[in-house]
Amino acid sequence: MDKNIYMDNAAATRLDEKVMEAMKPFFFENYSIATSEFGYSMGIDAKNALDEARTFLAKSLGAENTEFIFTSGSAESSNLALKGVAKALGSKKGKHIIISKIEDFPVLYSAKTLEKEGFKIDYIDVDEFGFVNIEELENLITEETILVSIQHANQEIGTLQDIQKIGNLCWKKHTIFHTDATHSFTRVPLDVKDIPADLITVSAHTIHGPKGIGGLYIRKGTPIAKIMDGGFQEFNLRGGMDNIPGAVGFAKAVELVNDEENKRLQAMSNKIVEMIVAKIPEVTINGDKIKRLPQNTNISFHFVEGESITLHLDMYDIAVSTGSACFSRSLEASHVIAAIGGDHERAHGSIRFSLGRYNTMEEVEYVVETLADIIKKLRIISPLGKEKEV
Amino acid sequence: MSFPYNDIVLEHFKNPRNIGSIENPDGKAMEGSPACGDMVSLYLKVDPKTLIITDIKFESYGCASNIATGSIITELAKGKTIGEAKKITWKQASDALGGLPSIKVHCSVLAVESLRAAIQNYEEKHGLITEKVETTEEVIRKRLKKVMNPIKGLDMVTTNLVKEVSVKDGIVHISIDLPENHQFANAIKSDAIEKIETLWDVKEINIDFTE
Repeated sequence: MDKNIYMDNAAATRLDEKVMEAMKPFFFENYSIATSEFGYSMGIDAKNALDEARTFLAKSLGAENTEFIFTSGSAESSNLALKGVAKALGSKKGKHIIISKIEDFPVLYSAKTLEKEGFKIDYIDVDEFGFVNIEELENLITEETILVSIQHANQEIGTLQDIQKIGNLCWKKHTIFHTDATHSFTRVPLDVKDIPADLITVSAHTIHGPKGIGGLYIRKGTPIAKIMDGGFQEFNLRGGMDNIPGAVGFAKAVELVNDEENKRLQAMSNKIVEMIVAKIPEVTINGDKIKRLPQNTNISFHFVEGESITLHLDMYDIAVSTGSACFSRSLEASHVIAAIGGDHERAHGSIRFSLGRYNTMEEVEYVVETLADIIKKLRIISPLGKEKEV
Repeated sequence: MSFPYNDIVLEHFKNPRNIGSIENPDGKAMEGSPACGDMVSLYLKVDPKTLIITDIKFESYGCASNIATGSIITELAKGKTIGEAKKITWKQASDALGGLPSIKVHCSVLAVESLRAAIQNYEEKHGLITEKVETTEEVIRKRLKKVMNPIKGLDMVTTNLVKEVSVKDGIVHISIDLPENHQFANAIKSDAIEKIETLWDVKEINIDFTE
C-alpha cells in the first residue's frame, strides 16, 4: 500500500471535497455574520444559509428547525444537555441524574462535574455486550430524577442501545431523556417522531464534515438553560459567533451519507471480523454482534498489549486506536471494556477499527494480513498465554 | 512520520534482542502484571565459577518502551558478572536507548527490577546471599506482592487475597482468602510457593484456603 490507511474514523474523519466546496463561499465571498432580518444584505444572505442548514439538519432527524441548535461539537452539545437541564431543573424538580457507565467523556465528565456541585448521579450497569440494564434504570428513576442520559451508540464497541424503549420509559416517568448520537447519526436511522428523546447530541466530525461544528436537538418545551453567554444566537440558547461555513458543511456532510454507503461500511466491518477470526486465534469480539454500528469493529487480542500493536501498524502507515492504558491520555484502560466485564488484559489488547467513506475492501484485507503477522510476532515475545510456569 | 519514540527505541521494539526463555535457567524472574499492562519475564544462565551472565533471555507483555527496555537490559547485562549487572540502573537503560518519554520511564524501572530479581533468584538458589536477612512476615508479604491474582490482574496482596501470614522456626503459614476449589486456587498456591521456597531459612510452607 502506498498511502496511509486510516481506520480511526470514530475519532475524526477526512473532509469530503464536496463539503469543502459547499463551505468555501462562506469563507471568501459571504463571510459576514448572520444579521437579523433588518441587517445588510450580506448578513441576511448569511442568515439564510444558516437557517437552511439548520432546517436541513433538523429535518434529517425528523425535527422542526427551531428544535436544532448549532454548537462547537459533540462535547459542547452534551455539556449543554446535562448542565443546561441541571441548571433549569436542579432547584425546581430535583438533583438526580442517571447516565450509563459506558458514556463517552463529555457526558461522563459533565455528570462528574455536576456530582461535585451537589447532584446525585447514578451510573447504570451494562451487560457483557454493552446493553444498559433497563430494569435497573426503571428502578432508579424517581420523582427527583431530572435527566437520563444514555448514548445511542457506543464510541468504542459500537453497541446500539434500545433508545426507543429507554425513551419511552423516561417519558412514562416524566423524565427528560438525552442521547449522545455522535457515532450513530446518519449511520443508523434516528427520527424523533419515533424515538422519544428530548435532547440529541450530533456532530459533523464523524461523517466527513468539518471539525468544530456539532448540534443539539432540543425537543420543543424541554426545560434547558444556556451555559454559554454571548449574543442572542441559537434561539438565545448558545451565545457566540455563528459558525456559518461549519453549519453549511455539516448539512452537506449529512446530505452525502446514504444507505448504500452504510451497507458498504457494514460489509467491510463484517469482512474484518470474518478474516480476523479465521486468521488469528485467541481473540474476543467486543460489543453486540447484531445491534451495532455498521462502521465499527472492536476486537481484543489476548496476550498482547494495544500500544505495541498500534505502533507496529503505524510503521505500516495504518492508523487504528486501542483501549490500552498506554495509549490513553490518562494512562487508564478503557472504561467501556471494564464495564462490559472485560479484565485489564482484554482492555489493553483491544483494537478499534472505525471505517469511513475512503476505506476500501482492499485496505481491509491488507490491514488484517498485516495485523496477523504483528500479533504473531508480539505473542512470540509475550510471557502470557504460554503453557509454562515462570 | 512522527513516531512517539526515538530511532533506537523503535529499532529495539522492532527487533528485540535476546527474546525467549531458557530451559532450566539458573535464575529467573517475572515482574509487573497484566493489570498495569506491563510484564517482563527474565531468564539467566550464569557461569558458577566466574559468576558471569553467559546467556540472558526475556519475554515482554507491554508497550513499545517495555519491549525496548527489556531488550536493552539484556544487552547491557550479558557478559557482566552478576555483581556488575545488579548495579545497572534504569537511568543507564534509558540512556542506552537514547532516552524515553517521561511518562514511559516506569517501563525501564520494570526491566531493571526483573534483572535484579532474576539475579537474586540465582543467588538464593545457589546460596550466595551473603547478608542473611531473617524471613519475617514482612518479607513474605513482599514476596507475595509478586504473585498475581488472575481474577484481578493485580498482585495477591493488593487485591486482599492474603488473609494471614505467620513465620515461626522456618515454617511459613499463609491463609488465602479464596475457596479451595476456586478455579485459580492451585495456580495461585504454586506461584506463591515458588516465590517463597528459595528464601534461605524457610523449611516448610503451609498454604490453606479460607473456605
